[in-house]
Amino acid sequence: MKPPVFDYQDPASVEEAVDVLARHGAAAKVLAGGQSLVPLLNLRLARPEVVVDINRIDALDYLTEESGWLRVGARVRQRRLEREGDVRRTVPLLAEAVRFVGHPQIRNRGTVCGSLAHADPAAELPAAAVAVGARLVAHSRSGIREIPAEEFFTGPLTTALRPDELLVEARFPCTGPDWGWAFLEVSNRHGDYALCGVAAGVRARDGRVQDARLAYAGAGPVPVRLRQAEVALVEHADLEEGIRAAAAEARRVLRPDGDLHASSEFRRHLAAVLTARALRLAWSRASTCSGGAHA
Amino acid sequence: MREPLRTVQLEVNGKAYTVTVPVRKTLADVLREDLQLTGTHVGCEQGVCGACTVWLDGEPVRSCLLLAVQAAGHRVTTVEALGTVDRLHPVQEAFWENHGLQCGFCTPGILMTVAAFLREHPAPSRQEIREVLAGHLCRCTGYQNIVRAVEDAARRLQARRT
Repeated sequence: MKPPVFDYQDPASVEEAVDVLARHGAAAKVLAGGQSLVPLLNLRLARPEVVVDINRIDALDYLTEESGWLRVGARVRQRRLEREGDVRRTVPLLAEAVRFVGHPQIRNRGTVCGSLAHADPAAELPAAAVAVGARLVAHSRSGIREIPAEEFFTGPLTTALRPDELLVEARFPCTGPDWGWAFLEVSNRHGDYALCGVAAGVRARDGRVQDARLAYAGAGPVPVRLRQAEVALVEHADLEEGIRAAAAEARRVLRPDGDLHASSEFRRHLAAVLTARALRLAWSRASTCSGGAHA
Repeated sequence: MREPLRTVQLEVNGKAYTVTVPVRKTLADVLREDLQLTGTHVGCEQGVCGACTVWLDGEPVRSCLLLAVQAAGHRVTTVEALGTVDRLHPVQEAFWENHGLQCGFCTPGILMTVAAFLREHPAPSRQEIREVLAGHLCRCTGYQNIVRAVEDAARRLQARRT
């Protein structure tokens, strides 16, 4: 058997789960879809004393829109975002980004919250969460708190979650039709981790960019939001000039690590190229202003 | 630490099994070692190669990334239930006819993915076929005949429906 010996708990409620986490602290690991944790167990890179399986907690299996927020419970599989057409309308960036996560066989098990809690800096969903301004809901015995996505990711595979906290929900703000979104990435094979990924959003008003969002996967230790580039887009009256300025900013600021698959310099080049492409695509979707733009 | 065990009921290919297994044992290993269903192959054991793909409640998943105890209460389907030697599944026929395998190690996983894929995409494009095959590593064929086999399987399934 590949995984190390561990004790297995499968609580049926959030209360029971956070009790287990409170008792075991950092010695416990939460198992949701298992698409990141089980490989780490099989490689024995993770050696938790207790695995807390949350798959029996039916109360965490919800995907609902409420007061302008898409609420994704911790047991919602990534595949569900692809299948429920409403996500394309409410949080189109999420619907687009999720298709780049692994393969269908992975997304059938992998959860949205699990990918966020795992916090791989090259992963798509953390970058999308930062771009749209998601909020992460953490539950512990001492109560519930909401963490903005930008404060949630603190380092590679590291988040602001305390060992006694369970990520129970991710909330994504629904944006209106004046916003257009796009997620683009370059990877060696479809489903591989991206060499570089870009989440882009623009809000169109009277033919100009009124507001913008840019976040990157695989470009640093955490998903990186580039505020200076967002400002550049708003400040330039000419769209193409704004896009060129944003792409130049991405190339200047981002410092992705190089590895076997791509050098740091090539990744910075990709970031600039993808920034321009994603912004043009997002703009075309914003200015179309019809629900069919993302169909 | 002692080895924690758990007794669970598994439903595999429509048959009920009761097994007592270490909680850390993956479904792939339990299928092969405890239930002697060795059609499911184990390659990388980290979710990359796709050889161990089975259906959980009808959807393809990696059985090396699922603990066997987690499969209790769900329907598991393995390649053994797809077809028999005398009566191959149309996807198996298509792989046979198009030489869509050489050593065959990766084939059980590919068959499970493709059979599920063609349910949702009865007339897939070449690009869609290539994308779904990206979740499977084959080191013999170069994939050309696998892509052809999937196209042929789609046609066979269409013909059977009409």
